[in-house]
Amino acid sequence: MEQCNPQINVRVHTEDFCVADEYGLLACNNQDGAVVNFVGKVRDFNDGSAVTDLTLEHYPGMTESVLMQISQQACDRWPLSKVTIIHRVGTLVLGEQIVFIGVTSAHRKAAFAACEFLIDFLKTKAPFWKLEAGDTGRKWVEAHDSDQQAAKMWQK
Amino acid sequence: MIQVLFFAQIRELLGSAKVEHTAENIDTAEALRAALAATDDKWAKVLASDKLLVAINQTMSQWDSPVKDGDEVAFFPPVTGG
Repeated sequence: MEQCNPQINVRVHTEDFCVADEYGLLACNNQDGAVVNFVGKVRDFNDGSAVTDLTLEHYPGMTESVLMQISQQACDRWPLSKVTIIHRVGTLVLGEQIVFIGVTSAHRKAAFAACEFLIDFLKTKAPFWKLEAGDTGRKWVEAHDSDQQAAKMWQK
Repeated sequence: MIQVLFFAQIRELLGSAKVEHTAENIDTAEALRAALAATDDKWAKVLASDKLLVAINQTMSQWDSPVKDGDEVAFFPPVTGG
């Protein structure tokens, strides 16, 4: 297991984030040759229904602590220098950014893998819930078995 | 007392975000769930969901995990962030 002393930055808030600013903060270290970012956005459909907006609820305190834990787990598995996770809460309209995950490492494979691990774990471990509004009213998004399976793949 | 929190559709279905419950005769998360379910038919139905998850003091827990006076216990559905 690789050990590292990473800089972990976890934020949960209603405000939008600027990908360029986050990239700048991640990429300022010349020792890291690889910076991988993932951005999740509100899309216009889910399970075949049109979506107009999305409201995200979370469990203040526990959410931040889970995001710190999964960031630390990623740093225990891969040699990462920096991890940033930003997740928005509140009501977001079509096209808005929901989540940002950024990691840096000396090598691309570690950075790609860690970024994917983080989004898979976030989707199954962090206490966020989505309420969708669309043509047919409001409904809570159901958890997908495929997300659980994606997270389980990392336990092999 | 035990602070009990509800989130997402569990909160909506119960019409409650937070209650206090006495710690008397409560030793596990399951005992707390059963005691809350016994208060009302609607609560019995909502809290009977086999997908219900529980966190004790903001840590994901099992139904047989211990619960004691002063704890914060949260009930919620499977998470859907990201």
